[in-house]
Amino acid sequence: MKNQKQQRLSQTTNHFDLLSEEIVFTILDFFGENPIDKKSFSLTCKSFYVIESKHRKNLRPLRQEPLSGILTRYPNITHLDLSLCPRVTDSSLTTISNLCESTLRSIDLSRSGAFSGSGLLRLAVNCRNLVEIDVSNATNLKDAGAAALAEAKNLEKLWMGRCKFVTDMGVGCIAVGCKNLKLISLKWCLGVGDFGVGLIAVKCKEIRSLDLSYLPITDKCLPSILKLQHLEDLVLEGCFGIDDDSLAALKHGCKSLKALDMSSCQNISHLGLSSLTSGTGGLQQLTLAYGSPVTLALADGLKKLSMLQSIKLDGCVVTCAGLKAIGNLCVSLKELSLSKCLGVTDEGLSSIVTKHRELRKLDITCCRKITDVSIAHITNSCTNLTSLRMESCTLVPREAFVLIGQRCPFLEELDLTDNEIDDEGLKSISRCPNLSVLKLGICLNITDEGLIHVGMGCPKLVELDLYRSVEITDSGVSAIACGCPDLEMVNIAYCKDITDSSLMSLSKCSRLNTFESRGCPLITSLGLAAIAVGCRQLAKLDIKKCHNVDDVGMLPLAHFSQNLRQINLSYSSVTDVGLLSLASISCLQSLTILHVKGLTPSGLAAALLACGGLTKVKLQASFKYLLPQPLFEYIEARGCVLQWRDKVFQAELDPKCWKLQLEDMVP
Amino acid sequence: MDIKEGLCADTWQNQQKWQDTPMLDYDSPFQEFSQQPPQTQSLLPCNPSNQTNKVQDWDPSAMLNNLSFLEQKIHQLQDLVHLIVGRRGQVLGRSDELVAQQQQLITADLTSIIVQLISTAGSLLPSVKQTLSAAPPSFGQFGGVQFPPGPGVNVVGVQQHNTSNQINCGTEQNHPVEEHESKDEEDADEGENLPPGSYEILQLEKEEILAPHTHFCTICGKGFKRDANLRMHMRGHGDEYKSPAALAKPHKESGPEPMLIKRYSCPYGGCKRNKEHKKFQPLKTILCVKNHYKRTHCDKSYICSRCNTKKFSVIADLKTHEKHCGKDKWLCSCGTTFSRKDKLFGHISLFQGHTPAIPLDEHKGLTGASDRREGNEATSTVGSINFNFGSNASSMGTGMPTDMDAKGSADDSTGYFSPMNFDTCTFEGGFNEFPRPPFDDTESTFSFLIPGSCNYSPKTGGDSGNALK
Repeated sequence: MKNQKQQRLSQTTNHFDLLSEEIVFTILDFFGENPIDKKSFSLTCKSFYVIESKHRKNLRPLRQEPLSGILTRYPNITHLDLSLCPRVTDSSLTTISNLCESTLRSIDLSRSGAFSGSGLLRLAVNCRNLVEIDVSNATNLKDAGAAALAEAKNLEKLWMGRCKFVTDMGVGCIAVGCKNLKLISLKWCLGVGDFGVGLIAVKCKEIRSLDLSYLPITDKCLPSILKLQHLEDLVLEGCFGIDDDSLAALKHGCKSLKALDMSSCQNISHLGLSSLTSGTGGLQQLTLAYGSPVTLALADGLKKLSMLQSIKLDGCVVTCAGLKAIGNLCVSLKELSLSKCLGVTDEGLSSIVTKHRELRKLDITCCRKITDVSIAHITNSCTNLTSLRMESCTLVPREAFVLIGQRCPFLEELDLTDNEIDDEGLKSISRCPNLSVLKLGICLNITDEGLIHVGMGCPKLVELDLYRSVEITDSGVSAIACGCPDLEMVNIAYCKDITDSSLMSLSKCSRLNTFESRGCPLITSLGLAAIAVGCRQLAKLDIKKCHNVDDVGMLPLAHFSQNLRQINLSYSSVTDVGLLSLASISCLQSLTILHVKGLTPSGLAAALLACGGLTKVKLQASFKYLLPQPLFEYIEARGCVLQWRDKVFQAELDPKCWKLQLEDMVP
Repeated sequence: MDIKEGLCADTWQNQQKWQDTPMLDYDSPFQEFSQQPPQTQSLLPCNPSNQTNKVQDWDPSAMLNNLSFLEQKIHQLQDLVHLIVGRRGQVLGRSDELVAQQQQLITADLTSIIVQLISTAGSLLPSVKQTLSAAPPSFGQFGGVQFPPGPGVNVVGVQQHNTSNQINCGTEQNHPVEEHESKDEEDADEGENLPPGSYEILQLEKEEILAPHTHFCTICGKGFKRDANLRMHMRGHGDEYKSPAALAKPHKESGPEPMLIKRYSCPYGGCKRNKEHKKFQPLKTILCVKNHYKRTHCDKSYICSRCNTKKFSVIADLKTHEKHCGKDKWLCSCGTTFSRKDKLFGHISLFQGHTPAIPLDEHKGLTGASDRREGNEATSTVGSINFNFGSNASSMGTGMPTDMDAKGSADDSTGYFSPMNFDTCTFEGGFNEFPRPPFDDTESTFSFLIPGSCNYSPKTGGDSGNALK
């Protein structure tokens, strides 16, 4: 009798129950990005369900409505990311604060501005252990909301970019309330001035990182900021109120400072810079994008910075002497960005790269004057380059690209958009085994032959951009799909010869999450179906101007691509049926439907109503008057932005003709 | 010992402060252009030109003319002094009269140089222009009387030193020095460090201090607050009191030996202003004593009729307060109000635990219809505002920074900050150039439109979709 009972018991016992919680936790730790994996794991058995509930620390819900249920199920949530919720109301925040209490450490409210100070207050009072809050873009938040945030006494990191109605008073409350702040970002908080920032610097002595971009601050608050003992990262981008004179009065710099960003500070010249950097010997990163001209004087000012590793001068006017002086700095730079700089010549660039042989990242985007001389010098001296971005260096001849592959074997990122590179160059580049990002947009000289080499030589490729590289056909894409299983992003826009066979081969890349095939007229629903079935991670899809894609393609997409967040269906042959089926994708947030002929007003209305998570819809202005206004009001109240467009129908241009047009525009 | 004297002492002190503090506004450009510290001789020619980057309306060619004229003059003077030095070496037995004549000549020349220099510099500094007329004569006097005739070059150097100093003074004086509060004489002597015993300590009795009148008519016994009023009154008692001598302000004895300075002690035992106190700090004038005693040791019997909250013991303080009462829109959590934002933030940065208090109206206005109840609850806990403003709270609320105020307050701050007026202009321009965020902001609050929208389910959505068909 007893034996029988035991036997029966062992029969009904789930073997998985024998696994201890710790072991299952360890297994769960190895789970990847895909949220569906954890979902299926928890559905295996009751014990797994319970353990998975206990294990989960991070949560990124798509809606606020089921929050109370979710948070009851997952009691150990420490990080709550609500940035995907179109609306987060005060009542939701109250629910969160009641259910999470002291376990919650971090909350992200950066894209959902329906809450107010009272909700934040509940959160701050109930969740005593909150250390990170992101309320960026809460454009309705006023000082009362900031005062509520100040009740979170243990707060260490606070992002409040674009909270435009918060003034010095609100920031003052935060400064007094949150003594442990280590990071605060006040970017675009146009109501905050010297007083608020000054008080932050006086009261919050632990500040490590301070973002004051575009604030109307002047020199009044700078002395107290520079007295902060632990300040490492200071961003003063676009602070027009700070000028040379105010900086000259600063006798002492900030010794702990490691990164300084003074981009777009038009009133600061080399004089102000040198007075600011005179006491900051430990500076490692310096960003002076869109600032004063890079002259000899400015470069001389950098001599005091003995720890400098990275300089970003994007968009500055540079002189040859200035570049040479940067080359003569006694430090060894690891990162240099001259993107969109005017005046970069072979002579100047060569003098830099020959001195800084340890350079890892180099950005010479749109340096239109450089030729193969520069490339020869770069590849000769900087053999350790991991990132080279040289979009639109149009004077570099096709032979020069061979050098890149030959001499820089460690390249991981290469941007050759709008260059003269040909198949020989690609063949050489395929020697970089670590290459993960390769951008070959508007490279009219490359063909399948070169791409096949890349497919064979670069197995780690994650991102491939072939935008308007019109000579590419199916065989090239297939070679890539076969050789690069880790591909996550592919852009084959306007490669007019691509057919479904490319898509079918790409469907083997199971990690693909972004796929753009604009203006590929030969692609049909069949190819799209293959992608939908094979690439379950797909989050962004652009099939604009794929005229042959219709509802048949949408149905598998709706069924399989449950991670789809963004889709562009403009100019396609999708009808009401296809759009309505897409509404079943709960993640779907962004929808662009311009010039979709098969769409009727009622079909659109039904789809909009059914798709509850939408945050942005771009649609034809003609629909505005075909549907009742209250419908749109309701959709907008749900947290969705409707963008009405009245574009005329555009016929596709010949690719060569398009390139000529582009060249006309660029002087 | 009357108010005037107290004021005099006060302003003198302020002046000294100005001279002592280096002029930050002018320091920086100097260091930028010439590595020499300011107030050296070589500074003189480049001084005005340095200001040029800030000022719009000046004529460089006229400036150059002026400068070369000055240079010429200085050279002439230098030659003259050389000559005098040479002659003095030759002939020792000159009459004093001649020496005095030479001295006068040099003084006159120097004065004219200084006047020229200042008017040149004045064309650059708009704020100096007004004070110019007052400034030069005093220099002339200064240089003429005080300086012993020494080697000419030296004299010039010293003179320049003073000039540059005085220019700074002039500009500073034109600033609205709001900190200068004449009623606070009792604090004016804070920095005064008279050695004990170097002054005579007087201590008035309590009754004496609180007496409404201090000057009494010896004939009828009527009391007056002011000496001058008494003298006016005395005229009624007979013609002998109408003579200019009797009506004149009684002159202080300006004897040859300096009088021992008088300082006052507060009769209240244990007070820091009491002479028995270990760290005794004397009061300067009788007025100081009176104000100090009333403020510190008396009831505050004057209540502001506007807010019914603030109390004062000195009627002048009440009047000052009433001028601003109701305009104080900057609140601290401790209940203190400030008429100026910078004062509030100074107060908050000074004290632990004090925080800016957000006005009530904002709490209410912010929360949407569905959340209004919560919002009100929140206000009772947030901010811990001291509501001792009573009936005034609502009227003050209207003056609070609301949403539209955000930009206005930024403008305010520029006004406060800029060290010079023209600075403000340039900054203002920069501020307008702030690129607007490239995002399209929809400021509408949805909660007003559909209060219960959060409860919406896709099912009902489908229904309404059908209904539309």
